[in-house]
Amino acid sequence: MKISWTWFHKLGSPKWFYAISGRLLPWLTLCAVALLLVGMTWGLAFAPQDYQQGNSFRIIYIHVPAAMLAQSCYVMLAVVGVVGLVWKMKIADVALQCAAPIGAWMTAVALLTGAIWGKPTWGSWWVWDARLTSMLILLFLYFGIIALGQAISNRDSAGKACAVLAIVGVVNIPIIKYSVEWWNTLHQGATFTLTEKPAMPAEMWLPLLLTALGFYCFFGAVLLLRMRLEVLKREARASWVRDEVLNCLGRETTR
Amino acid sequence: MSFASFSDFLAMGHHGLYVWSAYGICLAVLAINVAAPLLARRRYLQEEARRLRREKNQ
Repeated sequence: MKISWTWFHKLGSPKWFYAISGRLLPWLTLCAVALLLVGMTWGLAFAPQDYQQGNSFRIIYIHVPAAMLAQSCYVMLAVVGVVGLVWKMKIADVALQCAAPIGAWMTAVALLTGAIWGKPTWGSWWVWDARLTSMLILLFLYFGIIALGQAISNRDSAGKACAVLAIVGVVNIPIIKYSVEWWNTLHQGATFTLTEKPAMPAEMWLPLLLTALGFYCFFGAVLLLRMRLEVLKREARASWVRDEVLNCLGRETTR
Repeated sequence: MSFASFSDFLAMGHHGLYVWSAYGICLAVLAINVAAPLLARRRYLQEEARRLRREKNQ
């Protein structure tokens, strides 16, 4: 059986990426805005309150999606790191450098909203608990990748170093995931699992599903925005990029 | 609607400060993440425009 790999090689071409991402971007933006708006309104105003935690549980609708995205983003860094190292794909390094700051922001949101949720629920902003500590390590891993990418001026060496750090650091992800099972912890277990139905009523978990999908769409849209600019900068000598820059400038001046 | 009135909604049953500050931080971070690449793109295009003008004058 012969599988066509042309799509895979096309994926590595900055020009093709730029064209396809331009078409994808409006749809991702639309989905992100709609899902986040509906999910957050539903979660804040219409979902029933928790019988133990009262209304403070509504923080779940941003805390869990941010934490899920923070971890998925890191796994993505490791995957594009492998792709970049093995196939020397230019676009993989662009994706790695552009996704790392977004992942760091999401980790920060998860930690901050978690602290704010922890105060009324556990009576403390912060505990040195396995889940919280491993999330803090994730934040430092993101900082490490960002700093490494900026510290090395040679683009190829920086890409390789960041890819290696991303791949090594991915060991932290299962630690975060299973931390609530391996150690005694204040943190509650997973809300969503792929195999079981959630333990809460549908009007509580449906808005969470919406905001979680919304966060992923948001991530996609923001990542494409960053990557498109980075491609323009890195490929500045290519003729299609010059045309595109002139095209953008033309649009800006006529406006 | 799980609240009787709008002031109830704002109060969040004594947890208003926690819930609203968490949402505030989250929305602020989302806004920063949208604004940063858009501003960076504008800055880059302005730089390119300046560079092109310089090259034309030479």
